[in-house]
Amino acid sequence: MTDPAIALVMLGILVFTICIGFPVAFTLMALGVGFGYYAYFQAGQAFFDSRVFYLLTQNTFTVLNNDALVSIPLFLLMGYLVERANILDNLFRSLQVALKHVPGSLAVATLVTCALFATATGIVGAVVTLMGLLAMPQMMKAGYDSRLASGVICAGGCLGILIPPSIMLIVYGAMAGLSVVQLYAAAFVPGFFLAGMYIAYVIVLAVLKPHRAPPLPKEEGNVPLGTVLLMLAKSFVPLSLLIVSVLGAIMFGIATPTEAASVGAAGAALLAAAYRALTWQALRESVFLTARTSAMVCWLFVGSATFASIFAYLGGNQLINSFVLGLDLNTVTFLLLSQVIIFVLGWPLEWTEIIIIFVPIFLPMLAHFGVDPILFGVLVALNLQTAFLSPPMAMSAYYLKGVSPPSVLLTQIFSGCMPFVYIVLVTMLIIYVFPGVALWLPNAIYGR
Amino acid sequence: MLNRLIYAIDQLSKSVGHAFAWCIVILTLGTCYEVAVRYLLNNPTSWAFDLSYLMYGAVFYMAGAYTLSRAGHVRADMFYRKWRPRTQAVVEMTLYVGFFFPGILALVVAGSAYGVESMRIGEVSVNSPAGVPIWPLKMMIPFGAALIAIQGLAELLRCVVCLREGEWPARLHDVEELETQILKQHASRADAAVVQGGST
Repeated sequence: MTDPAIALVMLGILVFTICIGFPVAFTLMALGVGFGYYAYFQAGQAFFDSRVFYLLTQNTFTVLNNDALVSIPLFLLMGYLVERANILDNLFRSLQVALKHVPGSLAVATLVTCALFATATGIVGAVVTLMGLLAMPQMMKAGYDSRLASGVICAGGCLGILIPPSIMLIVYGAMAGLSVVQLYAAAFVPGFFLAGMYIAYVIVLAVLKPHRAPPLPKEEGNVPLGTVLLMLAKSFVPLSLLIVSVLGAIMFGIATPTEAASVGAAGAALLAAAYRALTWQALRESVFLTARTSAMVCWLFVGSATFASIFAYLGGNQLINSFVLGLDLNTVTFLLLSQVIIFVLGWPLEWTEIIIIFVPIFLPMLAHFGVDPILFGVLVALNLQTAFLSPPMAMSAYYLKGVSPPSVLLTQIFSGCMPFVYIVLVTMLIIYVFPGVALWLPNAIYGR
Repeated sequence: MLNRLIYAIDQLSKSVGHAFAWCIVILTLGTCYEVAVRYLLNNPTSWAFDLSYLMYGAVFYMAGAYTLSRAGHVRADMFYRKWRPRTQAVVEMTLYVGFFFPGILALVVAGSAYGVESMRIGEVSVNSPAGVPIWPLKMMIPFGAALIAIQGLAELLRCVVCLREGEWPARLHDVEELETQILKQHASRADAAVVQGGST
């Protein structure tokens, strides 16, 4: 029995339970089983002989066949270990003295630190809280506008979900059936391009409006060049090397993402050991948190696979497809519509839910509108940056508020984030108009 | 009494989750070993690929309940967090009965048949001639799902306690995300400052 109207009821219930705030992984599973039982119902069949139960177990097992997903726990472990490697203070201090002649040097150093650290950890919350404790007081003391200071920390902290090795791109690749390797290559340039845009904005602002980012007093931070280089060699260089070697190995096809990630995790452990931070407690925390986060992602995958196959079987996909195709959109309006929907979904939802549940709705339509799914992935990754930055549910803003002095208001943090949201939107526009920014590297390496 | 049962279930999920979490370290070391012997000695192993997904699968199946016990499965809580605890409990209880147990119990039952069948034929992996057994992994599906269902029961009981007492029972102490640790520390420091300010 298949009926597209039933599929819509199924989708409606899902959206309702998500809005109420129920853990969604098992809701997807229950809806899949319930409606699947209806869809596959055959009179006279024993209850547990229904095909839906076979489908459910099969989905639970075949999630494992997806090679790229195995790298998720490894990248998570690498991230959690780097987080605990006690490297951030030194990294920030060395970048601060290295960049002291740049206008708005404290903010630029914060951005570079955030970008590098977020790239290695791939997790938003930790970077923002750590830098909120470390960089925020220093910027405030130096007379920086608190809005600028908070915007810099929040925006920099989110770069980790865009710049590879980003876990979000692995999940997107798994959902869209794309090569993670090519996605990484495609996100590489846009990621650093966005970071560069942020830095350029801060420098221009510091030059034009010095009262918002005053230069440091002359006598402060006069460190000889040799010392600066040594400081960089001890903090900036090892972490960059770790990232570059993991990424390089993946993008040039020397190792699979899983292999590179495992070497990265081992490298992160060595790094932590070198900073004398590889304690039993740090290892335990990293391992347990990794288990929790990977189990969360995997069960979401199982639930979503079950839900999606029943939804499609009931004819829901076709209904949505013919609805969207009936809107008579062209490529530009389709892209606009899909990105606006993802932007809005980013307010209440986390990226995992958006990528695993909602993005797949758009994927089958990409071919019709002639949109490269890899380019689409990069646009989605950029778009989701804004989800962390724009009210009402900007996670980074809440994290930063939690560690800031009471004098810093949430509204100030939000207004500080807004320029960076605009920069993300401008970057998306640039990448849409010049897709080469994203596609040049994968085309050059893999000759697509 | 109810609280003791809840904590016992939490403890069970946590212990199993912690134990299986170490599979990630085996996964890391095993894959690193494979990389080393393949690139340095040009002598790849026949078992590394199977090992990687066995370990990954074990974490995934057996840590699901642990994640649930830490309230770690993603949820969109923009409305939820604004309600009174009793309202939260009523809603959550309804949803657990309607949208949690049907799915997970189906997986327990259907997964048992799947796992037992695999064990009966002693299924091994087809990826390599090493013949790595994969029936233990398939057997973990019903076990992992059953643990999740049991943890779901604890979550349901939490709702009962909350309905009765008007506030949520505490969760077991466990490792926390770094941002959660930092935010907690910061909040308690701010509280301490307020208390001090009040006394002087």
